[in-house]
Amino acid sequence: MGKIFRFHTDVDTDQIIASQYLLFPTIDEMKVYTFESLDPDFAKKVQPGDFVVACENFGCGSSREQAPSVLKALGVKAVIAKSFARIFYRNAINIGLPVIVCKELYDAVADGDDMELNLEEGTIVSGGKTYTCTKLPAQMQKILDQGGLIASLNGEV
Amino acid sequence: MGMTMAEKIIACAAGVESAKAGDIQTVTLDKLMSNDGTTHLTIDMYNKLKNPRIADKSKLVWIVDHNIPSDSPKTAASHKKMRDFARDNGITFYEGEGVCHQVMMENHVCPGELIFGADSHTCAYGALGAFGTGVGCTDYLYAMVTGTSWLLVPETIRFNLTGKLPEGVYARDLILTIIGKIGANGANYKAMEFAGEGLHNLSMSDRISICNLCVEAGAKTALMEVDDVAMEYLTSHGREPKACFTSDPDAVFAEVYDIDLSTVAPIVAKPHFVDNVVPAKESLGVKIDEAFLGSCNNGRIEDLRVGAAIIKGKKVAPKVRFLVVPASRSVYKQAMEEGLLDIFMDAGAIVMNPNCSVCWGSCQGVIGEGETLISTGTRNFKGRAGHRDSFVYLASAATVTASAITGVITTADLL
Repeated sequence: MGKIFRFHTDVDTDQIIASQYLLFPTIDEMKVYTFESLDPDFAKKVQPGDFVVACENFGCGSSREQAPSVLKALGVKAVIAKSFARIFYRNAINIGLPVIVCKELYDAVADGDDMELNLEEGTIVSGGKTYTCTKLPAQMQKILDQGGLIASLNGEV
Repeated sequence: MGMTMAEKIIACAAGVESAKAGDIQTVTLDKLMSNDGTTHLTIDMYNKLKNPRIADKSKLVWIVDHNIPSDSPKTAASHKKMRDFARDNGITFYEGEGVCHQVMMENHVCPGELIFGADSHTCAYGALGAFGTGVGCTDYLYAMVTGTSWLLVPETIRFNLTGKLPEGVYARDLILTIIGKIGANGANYKAMEFAGEGLHNLSMSDRISICNLCVEAGAKTALMEVDDVAMEYLTSHGREPKACFTSDPDAVFAEVYDIDLSTVAPIVAKPHFVDNVVPAKESLGVKIDEAFLGSCNNGRIEDLRVGAAIIKGKKVAPKVRFLVVPASRSVYKQAMEEGLLDIFMDAGAIVMNPNCSVCWGSCQGVIGEGETLISTGTRNFKGRAGHRDSFVYLASAATVTASAITGVITTADLL
């Protein structure tokens, strides 16, 4: 069970982590600034196991992998949105952060609601209701199952 | 069934006869570009690999452009890591030479190539008929180590261009109009292909500007067929094509748009989304604090000529900062030779070294709380140019320069 942090449509990667922090040496030094322009206290409030829920086109804009990386480093368990921008989606899977397409959840929940995710079954329970998620493409599920692209690379070479 | 340009380039890179939208192909990359936005993280991951190695170092191009010269000890440390690794591993390395995509267009991109760039605006390379696409540093690292990656073959949205842009209207007005029409995710996962006789009326600078911005509609890549204009650019820069592809007459497109260039008008993208566009005439009078002429989108010699012609003999408005940032060293030198930098300096502009500048909201020229920037940069997201409560309008070099002179959003014809 985790808490929902709910965001709008077209959340771009600059808002997930702003440019001025990208050249910091490590993700841990950047993560305290996550969502600074939308919710300056996000990094203080979010707990490991919480969820980010958004509307359409989450993660549009820059290819900065720091965006999914800071969410993962803060313990965000998964991002659930109606749709994702292409590069963010791929980056998230590559680093082992589950990104899940669910068309119904965003409109049915509020910021601060609790939810539970069953990744294997592809279902979400919130407010006593069960939601079915869209399955990941097989190629991406395989990368995620291996723990991300680097883990799969270490297995190959 | 015929193939699109995108399908042909991927098939070629995958070593297969044909590819079609929806297929997943394993491709061999022709080039791999990375800049200082993420390379320090790529190096950290590389150093933790079980068996770190580089498949083909001759394909790697590393460019310090986002925060050059460095603005803090932390940035300096990240640059040093990148510089040292490039030297130790024999990687082609640029520092201070210009914005990565401009440096790539001037020195590396060839038609028919498949190029990964650890930067979303890598789609600019389509101006030379190359499939450029932005990736994160993990995808980059995988490709750097193995020489390969996997790609979902994209569907293509085709834009048939006819006619010519009117006087005072620029490629940037065209692509912002298109993004406004199809939306910020209108081309998500797709390729945007531009063709038709109208294409031949566009300069290379125009084409780079158009392809570069396609990621703002979510596009995976942008593509243009290679014509005489593109070949002239390529040969004058001492390179030859890998292959020149065009879409087959019976290729299948997800959507087709017909655009008459003569109908395009000056346009402005208002805060905080690139697809939030209105005719520039509807934004007149908005007070600005800073104007920016530069970036991989609009910092080429053609753009500087447009700005210089407008501001020659005039002054930047009081209390307005006008930043002029040529996109590369060669653009800078040419602007010097043509006297353009004198014109900007005499007008009171701040002329700076080639880099990403305020387009990416770090580096230099960052704006403060409540301030407004009008920019030829790539994005106007909330906080993109500095403080989270600041405002960015995107417009052409002409509209940006005219606004710098008056201190409010102004189209050049009103001066």
